[in-house]
Amino acid sequence: MTHPFLVLQWLAEKLHLNVLIHNADSLKAVVYAWLVMAILIALAFVAGRSAKLVPSGLQNLMEAIIVGIEDLIVETMGPKGRAYFPLLASFALFILCANLIGLIPGLYPPTANLNTNAALALTVFVMTHIVGFKEHGFSYLKHFMGPVLALAPLIFVIELIGHIARPLSLTLRLFGNMYGHEIVLMIFILLVPFLMPVPMMLMGVLVAFIQAFVFTLLAMIYIAGALEEAH
Amino acid sequence: MEFFAWSMIAAGIGMGLGSFGTGIGQGLAIKSACEGVARNPGASGKIMTTMMIGLAMVESLAIYVFVVAMIILFANPFTAQVVELLNK
Repeated sequence: MTHPFLVLQWLAEKLHLNVLIHNADSLKAVVYAWLVMAILIALAFVAGRSAKLVPSGLQNLMEAIIVGIEDLIVETMGPKGRAYFPLLASFALFILCANLIGLIPGLYPPTANLNTNAALALTVFVMTHIVGFKEHGFSYLKHFMGPVLALAPLIFVIELIGHIARPLSLTLRLFGNMYGHEIVLMIFILLVPFLMPVPMMLMGVLVAFIQAFVFTLLAMIYIAGALEEAH
Repeated sequence: MEFFAWSMIAAGIGMGLGSFGTGIGQGLAIKSACEGVARNPGASGKIMTTMMIGLAMVESLAIYVFVVAMIILFANPFTAQVVELLNK
């Protein structure tokens, strides 16, 4: 299941940049992840270049998105969560754009590759524990101990498995959804190339938004879980 | 050769079973969410968020099955051994 045509690979071939043509799957994802980053940075630069007190046009749109994400963070994590706004908003915007460029013919969604998702999920995993240690010091370990000290060794093992399952499920959920959508689209294009894939692409828009939302929300909940006091 | 036929059957039946259970589970979750919104439309925002998280959790089961099916179909770890045995 490979793409019949990819814009950046075609461009690299035309420009004789042989480094980029190696059609390794992970390299493809990296190239398109950089493309998404470039799009986001350019958008932020254009929107923030001439910031006005009374916003209009692009600045208005970006402010609406930012305020929406901030409201969601405050609603789920409480006012303490505002400190983690840059990380969580980057996750939301990056994953949303990465999912959505998959719908443009000739572009490859970097989230349909296991490596991109593993990188994102491991960032959440590491950040959760850094936040926990920063907030509670060594008493953060009480999170893993449970209420009764005698049962601590037992609960520690269970909590450890639970915590390791988090990045695994975050990775596989995003990967499975995006890769599954890619494969369904490819099969439909193989069967009936005309108009038939359009309903699937419409569903792809929905999947892209929901998966970006779910990933960000779960990251928020994990960080909020590390912030709260051990019971 | 039979090995590959059984692999395909396993992937197909596994995906069917996985989506069967997940479908029932998600249907139950959405049913309860609809009832909740019908009784108290004011709480629809909160219900929506909770339902989304729950659906994502349930859905990951079907996604695991999908990943396993894809491994069976495209990245089967025993392919090399089977081909080697066939060539003997």
